[in-house]
Amino acid sequence: MSLHGPPSRGTGPDTNGEQVPRRRLFAGVSEFFAEEGAKAGAVAVASTIFFFGGAAVLISRSANWPSVRDQFFNPDDFSASAPDVLEGFWLNIQLFFWAMLIIPVLALAIAVMRSLRGPAFMPLRILAVVYTDLFRGIPLYLLIVVLGFGVPALQLGGLPTSAAFWGIAALSLSYSAYTAEIYRSGIDAVPESQRSSARAIGLTQWQSMRFAVLPQAVRNVVPALMNTVVSLQKDVALISILGIRDAVREAEIYKTRTFNYTSYIVATLLFLAISIPLTRFVDYYTARDRAERSQSQI
Amino acid sequence: MSGSEVQAGPKLELDDVRKSYGDKRVLNGIDLSIADQEVICLIGPSGCGKSTLLRCVDLLDPINGGEIRLDGEAITARGVDANEVRRRIGIVFQSYNLFPHMSVLDNVTLGPRRALGIERAEAEARAMELLERFGLADKANDYPNRMSGGQNQRAAIVRSLMGDPEILLLDEVTSALDPELVGEVLSVIRDLADRGLTMVLATHEMGFARDVASRVCFLHEGRVLEAAPPAELFGAPQHDRTKQFLARVIEAGRL
Repeated sequence: MSLHGPPSRGTGPDTNGEQVPRRRLFAGVSEFFAEEGAKAGAVAVASTIFFFGGAAVLISRSANWPSVRDQFFNPDDFSASAPDVLEGFWLNIQLFFWAMLIIPVLALAIAVMRSLRGPAFMPLRILAVVYTDLFRGIPLYLLIVVLGFGVPALQLGGLPTSAAFWGIAALSLSYSAYTAEIYRSGIDAVPESQRSSARAIGLTQWQSMRFAVLPQAVRNVVPALMNTVVSLQKDVALISILGIRDAVREAEIYKTRTFNYTSYIVATLLFLAISIPLTRFVDYYTARDRAERSQSQI
Repeated sequence: MSGSEVQAGPKLELDDVRKSYGDKRVLNGIDLSIADQEVICLIGPSGCGKSTLLRCVDLLDPINGGEIRLDGEAITARGVDANEVRRRIGIVFQSYNLFPHMSVLDNVTLGPRRALGIERAEAEARAMELLERFGLADKANDYPNRMSGGQNQRAAIVRSLMGDPEILLLDEVTSALDPELVGEVLSVIRDLADRGLTMVLATHEMGFARDVASRVCFLHEGRVLEAAPPAELFGAPQHDRTKQFLARVIEAGRL
């Protein structure tokens, strides 16, 4: 056990004395009880209640608390704004869903294009590099504004003018560039010898990619991809700039009408209700995957 | 074997083959002619070009000069479909390189199914036959990381044999194995040699080379310095370099 190493939260020594992660949904808490016994558990509960209870008492008794409470945590405003914000949030979910359909496919295509070898594929490689450089380099906010306001203003025939469409397009372009790089790191992490042996059994370059390299590459990067999903779920809120009546926009409308910020808290809670379970799931999945891999080596 | 015509000329010919990685010249003009059913062992110190030679023959690395001919046909010429050539040649690597995300059976049948377009059932029947022959029938549904190195390497050999290669290249296939597992892999190779498969082996197993090779080639600095039947090469080496190398091998207790 290293004294100076990073804190090994949620890990425990396995039979070989190696650190095998077994972090679960709220690991740390339940493990603490399992390892430390009832007496230590009681102390932990008492000190936790004392700390958070004390903090609650201090905050609620401070001079400014009533105005904070009325501005941000007003029950009447909460129930008054909740239906509209919730309806807006449903739109966030839908947009998130569409982006989730587009991004993995587009990103994988870009990553594969960039990993192709041979002089004939030079144009595709250049295209992939330009794409990632461009859309990773532009701030997402700017991209949303340019596509969401700029393109419909051109009034080009045949192009959709819906703000939601261009909002999803901007999110997908930007996130695909990042996600393509994640895929590419996974592709690069597959040993060269795997590619050689795929070619050696007569597979073409594309078949080697498809059957030998990509399955391993994707598995390598699933945790990183899931983190991107968490981040995307929040960034969907950015398209409220386009005037789309999503959760954030609805909260803003309520605030403008009543000068009360509780509607923002409603929106906040809705986003957290998705992102916290999602983050916990990523942690759980990552730990399980790592444990599986460390077990499967003889 | 493709077709029924009798091959009068050599099976595989290397003619002044040159290969560099950047500034480093690895193959410095390899000349080698291998007859049908011959078993050639390549020996020599690490870095002498054995592995590179095999990779070049399987067109996994492009050569910088010279020519390689299979059945008299230049496979390193422009316009040759490298995939077609690779389907006629089998290669087995030091580190097995089975696909870790597939069972042994899927590993073995991937090439025939995807590269040759053979039906799954047919490919699996052929695979089971070969796995049976090499004592791996009960491992067909196992994943590579659940098996020993020797089992992995035998499975890799089966994979390379699935396309009925005309020639098999083996790149130090026992070097990564625990000593007690070397024997099972060598006996598989000996079996293949007895069945008349043309093979080129890069190896450090001198005893095995003496036993199984029709000719042994000593490579030094990217050239074939000496090629002779094993009794001759091990018994009366001509070159000082060969003598030095063999003396070191004997010192290490490997001959």
